Amino acid sequence: MVLGTYKEIVSARATDKQIQKVSQDGGIVTGLLAFALEEKIIEGAVVAGPGKELWKPEPMVAMTADEIIAAAGTKYTFSPNVMMLKKAVRQYGIEKLGTVAIPCQTMGIRKMQSYPFGVRFLADKIKLLIGIYCMENFPFASLETFVSEKMGISTDLVEKMDIGKGKLWVYTQDDVLSIPLKETHGYEQSGCNVCLDYVAELGDVSTGSVGSPDGWSTVITRTDGGDTIFKQAIDAGIFETKDMADVKPGLGLLEKLSAQKKEKNQKTIDKRKEMGLPVPF
Amino acid sequence: MSLISKIKRFLGIETKPANEEAKPAKSGEVGASEQEVEKVAEENAKPRIGYIHLSGCTGDVMSLSENYDILAELLTNMVDIVYGQTLADVWEMPEMDLALVEGSVCLQDEHSLHELMEAREKANMVCAFGSCAATGCFTRYSRGGQQARPDHESFLPIADLIKVDCAIPGCPPSPEIIAKTVVALINGDMDYLQPMIDLAGMTEGCGCDLQKYVVNQALCIGCGTCAMSCQTRAVDMTSGRPEVNGDRCVKCGICYTQCPRSWWPEEQIKKDLGL
Ligand SMILES: Cc1cc2nc3c(=O)[nH]c(=O)nc-3n(C[C@H](O)[C@H](O)[C@H](O)COP(=O)(O)OP(=O)(O)OC[C@H]3O[C@@H](n4cnc5c(N)ncnc54)[C@H](O)[C@@H]3O)c2cc1C
Ligand code: SF4
Ligand code: SF4
Ligand code: SF4
Repeated sequence: MVLGTYKEIVSARATDKQIQKVSQDGGIVTGLLAFALEEKIIEGAVVAGPGKELWKPEPMVAMTADEIIAAAGTKYTFSPNVMMLKKAVRQYGIEKLGTVAIPCQTMGIRKMQSYPFGVRFLADKIKLLIGIYCMENFPFASLETFVSEKMGISTDLVEKMDIGKGKLWVYTQDDVLSIPLKETHGYEQSGCNVCLDYVAELGDVSTGSVGSPDGWSTVITRTDGGDTIFKQAIDAGIFETKDMADVKPGLGLLEKLSAQKKEKNQKTIDKRKEMGLPVPF
Repeated sequence: MSLISKIKRFLGIETKPANEEAKPAKSGEVGASEQEVEKVAEENAKPRIGYIHLSGCTGDVMSLSENYDILAELLTNMVDIVYGQTLADVWEMPEMDLALVEGSVCLQDEHSLHELMEAREKANMVCAFGSCAATGCFTRYSRGGQQARPDHESFLPIADLIKVDCAIPGCPPSPEIIAKTVVALINGDMDYLQPMIDLAGMTEGCGCDLQKYVVNQALCIGCGTCAMSCQTRAVDMTSGRPEVNGDRCVKCGICYTQCPRSWWPEEQIKKDLGL
């Protein structure tokens, strides 16, 4: 199944104007984590918070809705969120934890839950795992190359970065710059080239922009827990939704991109195997 | 078919008698639900388990005993502890279905060597229980010269001396993995146990595995699972890659074991999530 096992797929966005303003797409991640916190489904969440340097995120334990909101927006470089999960439980005393993770991070978390060899009393405390779609991720130096060298501006001026419609977009206060995605190829981390998961197939709920109009997100509910929480949030008016059949570009694009990623990276896997290099998949 | 013969057949330890296929419906069920545990526990003879303590800190068996909620049920109704210091009042090592061996083996300690060899003879299955038995863990640093036995210098993972059937690394292994393993054993859930069987071959562990077998192999994706799982906090993440403080590393092998890019139990995870 090209989109993994799921219960439902809808197009959605947060109704809260403040969340709409700061979030990357439909504010699903921020809206759902804040809702789960409010409803005491979770007591805190690990998010990609602001780091010392602009656009260089650091995993952070958010204990309030404000802290969750402060971490909104996509940073196209490493934020090793998984490393903070244990700290959240041990040092912040969180018994019910939420987090957001790109597909490969969900893999680390799910493997730990099924096989917690050296990890005690953490597996069952993760109550909400929101997966975000991911085609690739970049070392920070690659981002610097795109922005400083290829676009010719300082990363300090950047207010938002986004990948979509075949381009990497950079928004400053009064400008919108872009480079074709082709020019970013070869700058991604190479571990991404064997990754077969585009749509966070192991999240409780997974979300990304692809398939929905600007400002909206495509939301996939997968586990019973994830489906229940997302529906509670809709009932509480946190999100407005549209049928996937009624939105453009629609589910077809998401399926296409997911299939393309699997196909391309399977080739890399096969090539590695031919060379005798290890591949876990 | 009894649980133990099922396991033995799987491991190729013993060929199964021809008449064992009599109850196919039951033996085919390998769900890990609690009713299932009870049912299987009732139907099958209780596995006889021995605990052999070599050069380890007893942390592994303490971790086992932290499963308060299932421990009483486990010890009274599900397994028979037939041998083990502090656990059973027995001096002669009996025949066992499973020997849990905690600790590495000291080459200068005749008694340990003898216990280990005897365990291999008397047990159908030997499990390296905890990282000291599995990888040598922090006893890998020993150079002898300490009181009370300055001659006790050389400590090895038990698989260096005997055939080991499965391993549960961890310093110590979490109470949950021990509970999950015992439940899987009782249920004959070989799918769940496969990684433990594979890990019997991992007799060396080190933080540098992350660099050698993940980063150097173009597989690291900066997820941070290694840093999260290191039990001595030897791993930090810098620029999206693990950075290991060798002075803190006890060579338990857990960081690499938990890394999603070392081995990937996809089917089991999907089953656990209901996906
Ligand atoms: C590296 C990367 C690649 C992506 N590629 C795609 C893609 O190809 N197609 C697609 O549809 N969507 C992709 N996304 C997801 C998309 O950019 C949005 O993050 C997603 O739609 C969520 O938007 P939102 O408005 O619901 O979230 P928001 O409310 O804006 O919240 C975003 C959340 O993501 C977390 N986050 C931000 N950066 C990271 C990071 N690097 N690692 C972990 N967590 C982070 C933040 O902490 C925040 O909680 C990608 C995201 C990342 C991080
Ligand atoms: S493409 Fe895969 S491996 Fe790379 S960052 Fe995204 S989820 Fe991780
Ligand atoms: S770095 Fe940590 S987890 Fe890895 S082997 Fe060393 S002590 Fe164990
Ligand atoms: S656990 Fe994640 S960050 Fe650590 S080595 Fe493996 S892939 Fe890299």
